[in-house]
Amino acid sequence: MQHGKYRFIVGFLALPLGLYALFVIWPFIQSIYYSFTDWTGLSPEFKTVGLGNYRRMLDDQIFWKSLWHSLLFALLVPLVTIGLALFLSFMINAGGRRRKGGPAVSGVRGSSFYKIVYFFPQVLSIAIVALLFAFAYNPDSGAINSFLRGIGLGGVQPLWLGDPDLALWCVMAVLVWSTVGFFVVLFSAGMASIPADLYEAALLDGADRADTFFRVTLPLLWDTVQSGWVYLGILALGAESFAVVQIMTTGPGGPDYSTTVMVLYVYQKAFRDGQAAYATTIGVALLVVTLAFAAVVMRLGRRERLEY
Amino acid sequence: MKTTEPTTEPPAPVPVTVTKTDGTPGRPAAAPKSEGRVLNVFSHGLLVLWAVMVVLPLLWAVMTSFKDDRSIFSSPWALPRTLHLDNWSRAWTEANMSDYFLNTVLVVGGSLIGTLVLGSMAAYVLARFDFPGNRFIYYLFIGGMSFPVMLALVPLFYVVNNMGLLNTLHGLILVYIAYSLPFTVFFLTAFFRTLPVSVAEAAFVDGASHTRIFFQIMLPMAKPGLISVGIFNFLGQWNQYMLPTVLNTDPDKRVLTQGLVQLAVSQGYKGDWSGLFAGLVMAMLPVLAAYIVFQRQVVQGLTAGALK
Repeated sequence: MQHGKYRFIVGFLALPLGLYALFVIWPFIQSIYYSFTDWTGLSPEFKTVGLGNYRRMLDDQIFWKSLWHSLLFALLVPLVTIGLALFLSFMINAGGRRRKGGPAVSGVRGSSFYKIVYFFPQVLSIAIVALLFAFAYNPDSGAINSFLRGIGLGGVQPLWLGDPDLALWCVMAVLVWSTVGFFVVLFSAGMASIPADLYEAALLDGADRADTFFRVTLPLLWDTVQSGWVYLGILALGAESFAVVQIMTTGPGGPDYSTTVMVLYVYQKAFRDGQAAYATTIGVALLVVTLAFAAVVMRLGRRERLEY
Repeated sequence: MKTTEPTTEPPAPVPVTVTKTDGTPGRPAAAPKSEGRVLNVFSHGLLVLWAVMVVLPLLWAVMTSFKDDRSIFSSPWALPRTLHLDNWSRAWTEANMSDYFLNTVLVVGGSLIGTLVLGSMAAYVLARFDFPGNRFIYYLFIGGMSFPVMLALVPLFYVVNNMGLLNTLHGLILVYIAYSLPFTVFFLTAFFRTLPVSVAEAAFVDGASHTRIFFQIMLPMAKPGLISVGIFNFLGQWNQYMLPTVLNTDPDKRVLTQGLVQLAVSQGYKGDWSGLFAGLVMAMLPVLAAYIVFQRQVVQGLTAGALK
């Protein structure tokens, strides 16, 4: 298969690679360069300022707040989402009643119904979900507070997004709500491929359901859990947290910067405050955080791969 | 879904004859016979609870879209007294939902085709041909998956602006394609590697050119992979919020997600909340309906990447 090989390779790669280089690679490189300049983004003139932007960033209280919030997003959203999803998918796949002569573990009735419903939020845009919940959280006329009044908890009427101590958790809860279903489906597929004799052996050894989960299911699913964690953490550091925070919280960024995240801060510095160079500096910090996060999760989670 | 899960759908209920000790987590084994039932109720209860939590906000939005503004605020959970279908027509015409839909269809249509064509070309060459730099180009594409897009968006705004593509639909299409390539190339490269070599070799011996082999033999063989990655990209591009927010600020060119967020901001002044809810539901329903119809393919498409 040699004839005309290189002409073909160049011909096929030129367009995709060119587009990718122009719109993705080149801006990334520019970004890192701009972080050492005083470019405003408004005028084409700029000069290099060395580490000036980085020094400024280290003294910027709002930057530290946004960094802290982004770290919370990257750690807590996957933790809660994956925990909940593992629990629910274990219930779906092994929560059914055991029958004489039946398999060692069995799913609950209607398992495919649950998976279909749980997956709903995954197909919706995070922007639409964020808008919907912004209304649901409305302290006076929102669905949540009015539900609380309806069940006799009229005394409990939080301000939700308006409360600086609560706003961040409200926003994170929306991300959890919208991603749990995806992981339930993902983990269910993984659990279904675990051979039933492993469960039978565990039951013969006297394991209860908790043992089965922690000693059989979880170790065998570990690879999926780990890559899911990285995938969700990157989303929670980037596009998803941008959408929920920008759409749901006042400011945007919340009362007293209580919900601002790095990705939103980059956006505001670049496109609202005309400080493009400083924005790219925060962006570089976000890049470092993202790569460090992925490296730490992959490393901490490394185990021997189990074959079955 | 049904294909991934062979034995989780038990038939009719059978009399419970649990003899083994299998406890719910944290619940010491009591009477073995009632245990199975307790666990079953417990797991079902939680599964139903989460299903309700997923569906309730969506139903609330649908219900609210048929109410008038006053009852939205006074009694958020009450059923609409009369069906205000005019909310929907107002949203469609006055609130420009029809324009947003059209823009979204054009942008997603163009970028989906472009992504699949360019992505499969690059992936095919990278999967099937040895040449210097093959690995480098592959990792260049893959790297784009874990980098924070916002970092590139600051300079990208000016790159796109200098090319005269800012606030144009075709500019947005090109950017969507570029940012969809990393996952598409990653997924399709793996897919092309799984396809047999012999067919292409036979065609080559018969004198077919590389280009012809690709379009007439390899692409049809890669159809399942193209469908999976196509669904993945369709949902990602249809639901995209961050890219258009930065690169597409012309009110006439807005896509659905942007348009709804802008609508929410402006309705704050106009007070047409019912119209806004109608718009929200209008944007949610087509995607949810498509998901329910193509449920198996959608789930496969979205989870395919994470399972690798």
